[in-house]
This record gives sequence, structure tokens and C-alpha cells, in this order.
Amino acid sequence: MTEIVLPAPALAADKPRTSLNAGERRRRRLTYLQAAPMALVFLIFLAIPLLLTLMVSFWEYNEYEIVPAFTLQNYRDVFEGCLNGSDLCTTVRTYLSTLKFCALTWVCTLLIGFTVAYFLAFHVRSRTTQTVLFLICTIPFWTSNVIRMISWIPLLGRNGLVNDTLQSLGLTKSPIEGLLYSNFSVTLAFVHLYTVFMIVPIFNSMARIDRALIEASYDAGATGWQTLANVVIPLCKPGIAIGSIFVVTLVMGDFVTVGVMGGQQIASVGKVIQVQMSYLQFPAAAANAMVLLGAVMLMILGLTRIIDLRREL
Amino acid sequence: MSDRPRTLSFYLLAAFFALFVLFLYGPTLTILVLSFQGPQGGLTFPLNGVSTHWFSRLWAGVGVVDIWAAFGRSLRLGLVAMALTVLLAFFAGLAFRKGFRGSNLLFTLAVASLIVPSIVVSLGIGLEFRVIDDGIKALATATGWPFLQDHGTAMGLYTSALGAHLTWTLPFGLLIMFAVFNRFDPAYEEAARDLGATGAQTLTHVVVPILAPSLVGVALFGFTLSFDELARTSQAIGGRNTLPLELQGLTTTVTTPEIYALGTLTTAVSAVVIASALCTVLWLQRRRARRGPLKL
Repeated sequence: MTEIVLPAPALAADKPRTSLNAGERRRRRLTYLQAAPMALVFLIFLAIPLLLTLMVSFWEYNEYEIVPAFTLQNYRDVFEGCLNGSDLCTTVRTYLSTLKFCALTWVCTLLIGFTVAYFLAFHVRSRTTQTVLFLICTIPFWTSNVIRMISWIPLLGRNGLVNDTLQSLGLTKSPIEGLLYSNFSVTLAFVHLYTVFMIVPIFNSMARIDRALIEASYDAGATGWQTLANVVIPLCKPGIAIGSIFVVTLVMGDFVTVGVMGGQQIASVGKVIQVQMSYLQFPAAAANAMVLLGAVMLMILGLTRIIDLRREL
Repeated sequence: MSDRPRTLSFYLLAAFFALFVLFLYGPTLTILVLSFQGPQGGLTFPLNGVSTHWFSRLWAGVGVVDIWAAFGRSLRLGLVAMALTVLLAFFAGLAFRKGFRGSNLLFTLAVASLIVPSIVVSLGIGLEFRVIDDGIKALATATGWPFLQDHGTAMGLYTSALGAHLTWTLPFGLLIMFAVFNRFDPAYEEAARDLGATGAQTLTHVVVPILAPSLVGVALFGFTLSFDELARTSQAIGGRNTLPLELQGLTTTVTTPEIYALGTLTTAVSAVVIASALCTVLWLQRRRARRGPLKL
């Protein structure tokens, strides 16, 4: 009996297996085909350009042309005067200025973003209201950044709304200079533009917190602040980290906001690169870009260690 | 928490939220109002009468800059970027769900695309296209092929600039698709397959209709992010600028409310796009609710 029966299932199992293999292979090919266009875009417009930038950063150049010969001079130029003398070199000063904006923006966006997300996640009770309010926070993200920057002019200008109000209230006698085209206006614009990058991931983290945990915390006798510090904030860490990565990278590489809101007077790393590009000093710009990339990556490294971004979605 | 009475902290937080919304929208509303300045009006309050003077000035063109051509270019580029973002992100999302070798690498690339500073991406693409141009020119002199002789540059709206925009829109699209597919119940597909649907039929009759609202969301990101993109485009565009680039240039040269009129117009375009996207999503959800789960 068994001798007769055994081959049958074996055959039956064999046949589907070959067709399954063919089907499986077809499905795999299809999967690669589905992922290929996106992979191609990132290859052509991200991976190759970055490798090319790395390569060109080691090339020589003069007023007329770029020479494909290996040199470390571009990197020496970036850090020129950094090792000797007590004064800070240009690069270090530029990075310090950019880092200052970065820190200020990060603190402001984090505080505002966290508060807004906390209100939306824990105090708004109806789901519809929550969605609507959340949308209200994100809609400006879909409008033009430059327009949102120049919209500060009528408010912060010398004869702007803020100065007018202060004067008519008798708080100041003459207009305050430096509301616009200053470190203040640059930071303000950064906060204005980038707080949304904090709100969305932090809200996302908060929305996943099991409400029973909050109840348990209260039942165990914790105050509101204790619950916030010991339950909510630790569970929001991934959201905070993602938001921070966005804000840090956006501010570090910025040249538009610093340009427009700083009246083209404030230096930033991005601006240095842009200026060198406009003078066609590509190897110098490339070296600066690589240093910037390295700095940003170092800053993010700590943050990415904490989280697995893909699990957070 | 919802059965508790409203506490003081609720009202404080609500007030904070209201202030934040004012901070978010206040400045934009200001230039919206000021764009209707009278002909004698300046860049700040008070309003010297109400007119559409600055809009008609804008219609006639801003100085030497052909703002309408730039506007058209940005609009077309935005639409192309939108279509590609939806298509590529959707299919990549499908692929990621099934899993494939190299998926981690592709995901890393997508995340890198988001967090590498825009100026670095832009510079890289600019360099890449210069290398391509040099290559084509070398080929032209080496071969003498007539169709290569007048080669100017491969850089342009639908080559380097589109690529630069995709490095910004695609990661957002992919992340949205991840979030969407993580909540998508594969039972629908299995049901379709059990009923004899082919892979393509399952996709067009089951997956796409169910995901339609999310795809509209991806389209919204694709268009608006491209339409307003500036930093990545800056070094990766040929001779003809997009609208945000022209706008950035105008901030230093234009000192009349014309720039506010332009701002109002750009914001209006974004607003129309956002509103139609949201309405489409609402309409899709309503229709689904009306049809009900049983009649699906």
C-alpha cells in the first residue's frame, strides 16, 4: 500500500513545487521591477552625485579649469588658519554661527512642537477635531517657504507692525533696529518653518502611547508633571529623535533662510558652498560639502542609534 | 481621560495652541492683506486704499524677470514630479511589503536622501551634469557626429531639476506608503485572489481603490514639495529658473507690494491644490462609507 501511495504525494508535491518555483521566481522578478525605478532615481540623483562630490573634492583647480589630479589642498583650504594662531578661522566661525542657529532652533521647535503635539494627542477628545487641528498645523508646510519668510517683512521691518505697536504703546521711543535681517529674524523664520517637523513625529509617537499607561500612572499616585516626565517623554523619544534629525539637518545645510532673513549678511556653511559654486570653484565647494556632510552625519549618528526609524511608521 | 472634567492645563494648552496657529498663519495673512495695497502703498501698514493695482502690475511682468514663464515651469515640473512620486512610491511600497534583497540598502538611500543637506545634493547633481556635458562634448569632438555638435547642456527642468525634486519628494512618498501598507489588511488581496483575480486585477480593483485616499496624500506631497522646492534646485537647474528661485532673487530687488501679490498668488495655488486634495480624500471616504463594507 505504502509503496504505491508514497510516490503519488511525492509527485504531486514535486509538480506544484516546480510551478511554485517558477511562480515564485516570477514574483521575485516583479518585486525587483517594482523597486527598480525608485532605486534608479536614488542611484542617479543621490548616490552617484555624492560619490562624484567626494571625488571632485580631491581634485585640483585653477581659475580656468578643474584638473583631475589628487590633492588634499581643498581640505587644507577649508581649515586654513585653524591650527595656528589664537583667532578662530573662518570655517570654525561659520560652523559656530550655524551651530548656534541649530541649537536655538532645536530648543524652540522642540518646546513648541512638543507642547502642540501634547495638546493634540492628550487634550483634544474628538478624533475629527484632532484631525482638523493636525491639518491646520501641517497646511503651511505645503506652501512656499520663501513666501513665508518674506511675510515677516511687514511685521518686523523698521516701520513694521511690531515697531509701530511698541511705539504707539509708548514702550519704545524709536523703532528697534535689527528685528529684521538679524540673527533674531533668522531664528524666528527657522522656528516658523520647521516646527512642523517636530510636531508630526512627536504626535505620531504620542498617538501610540497606550492610554492605560497614563491611567496607571495617575492611579499609582503620580502627578501630571511626573506622568509627563516618567511616562510620556520616555515613550516620545523616537518622535523627538526623528524631529530633531529633521531640524538639525535642515538648519545645518540652510542657505536660503539665512540669506533672505539675514539680508544676505550672515554667513552659513550652505552659503559658503553656494558662493563657491557661483565662482565655479567646484573642488572647493565639494570639499566644503563633504565637511558639512560629515558634521551633519556625526550629529545624526547619536540620534539614529536610539531609534529604528522603520519600526516607527 | 475623556471622562474627566477639563482641567486648567487644557485651557492653558489650548491658548498656547491658538497662539501657535496665529504665529503660523499671521504673517501669511498679513501679506495677503497688504497685496491689496493701493497704488501709493508701501511694504508695510497702513493700507493706502484697497486695490488690485499690484496684481495688474504683476500681470504685466516684474521687471526683466519673466515671472509667468517661471510660474508655468514650476507648475509643469510639479505635476510631473507628482505623477512620478505617486507611481514610484506606490510600486516601491508594494515591493518593500513583499521584501526583496537590497531592501535595506534602498531604505537607507531613501532616508539618506531626506537627511543629506539639500545644498550637498544640489551640488552633487550639478557636478554630475557638468561631467555628463563634458563627456558629450568630448564625444562630439571625437566622433564629429553632427547631432552632438550643438550640445549645450544636459541640465534642465526635466532632467537635473526633476531628479533633484524627486530626491526630496520620493522619501516622503515612500514613508507614507510604509505607514499605509503597515495598516493595510492583506485579507482583501487574499479574498480577491481566492475569487480568481489576477495580480494586476487585484491591484487595480482592490488595492488601489482601498489606498486611493493615501495616494492622493502622496500626490499632495509630491506636487507641493516640488512646486516650492528651492535649495535642491539651486545648483541643479540650467538657464531657466523655477518660480521659487525667481522669488528668492526678487526678495532682494523688488521693494513694492508686487512681491506680496506674487506671494498671495503662489499661496493661492498651494491652497487650491491642498483644498482639492483634501476634498478628494473626503469624497473618497464618503463614497466608501455610503457603499458600506458589505456591498464593496
